[in-house]
Amino acid sequence: MTLSIHDLHKAFENRIRLGIMSALAVNEYLDFNALKELLDATDGNLATHLKSLEKENFIKVRKSFVGRKPNTKYSMTPEGQKAFTDHINALERIIQSQK
Amino acid sequence: MKNNQNYSQDIAHIRSIMEQSTRFMSLSGWAGIMAGIYALLGIWFANKWLGYEPGGFGFDRWVGIDFKPASLIGLGLAVLILSMGTAIYLSSQKALKEGKKPWNSASRRLLMNTAVPLVAGGITMLAFISQQMYSTLIPLSLIFYGLSLYHGGRDSYKEIRILGIFEIMLGLMSLFLIEYSMFLWALGFGFLHIVYGIYLHYKYER
Repeated sequence: MTLSIHDLHKAFENRIRLGIMSALAVNEYLDFNALKELLDATDGNLATHLKSLEKENFIKVRKSFVGRKPNTKYSMTPEGQKAFTDHINALERIIQSQK
Repeated sequence: MKNNQNYSQDIAHIRSIMEQSTRFMSLSGWAGIMAGIYALLGIWFANKWLGYEPGGFGFDRWVGIDFKPASLIGLGLAVLILSMGTAIYLSSQKALKEGKKPWNSASRRLLMNTAVPLVAGGITMLAFISQQMYSTLIPLSLIFYGLSLYHGGRDSYKEIRILGIFEIMLGLMSLFLIEYSMFLWALGFGFLHIVYGIYLHYKYER
């Protein structure tokens, strides 16, 4: 079987983007602060990566207010789910084939 | 281009983030030990001072004279609140020490998942109390608590689920062996908590 570095999605090369997808894969939704704490990222850095994932249509953003504070919730789209699963499968195949 | 090791690290990173975001791993072993001690003190107090003796009640209606259900409910609530308070305090301290926020998506999930069976159990017990069926309080508390641990255990250490199974088994046993139910309760809420607390402490906190 030939594969593969090409099966890896460019969007997930970055650790923070990979982390965002991992966390959203197992949580219905997470807000900005939860992701920030989990991934140990700065506001600006995290926001940039979230934007780019949103542009790819991998994550969905829902803005609301808790009291007066704005609250932004992120969740994974079906497309994101598929891309992420494909990415993990590709990673596993590459590791297997190089053993 | 990345090499093989980097890909393995990616997988490890994915796994670690998934676990951190769903499972609360800052539960304190000491909280278990303290809960066990409160429970033993509580059951001793209920028996010696409140005259609670399930074997003497008969299964359906209580026939004694000296027993005050209100003080038993109060005592039960006191043990519950002390145990929860200690667990929340010690676990938050532990989380803060590990540089995590105690109130995060994982602890929220753990709390919700344990609260549902626990609240349902509490209401069930109130209904039985209102029918003066005091003997059933011990089995019910063990069973519902066990269900709650079993259900919530997915969101924390996997050992919690096994503790849940033990509590459920003790609860079911005490349904059949009402005269031994105080002993089984002390075993479940007292002894097992202490054993589990010590085990978690040695396994995860050293």
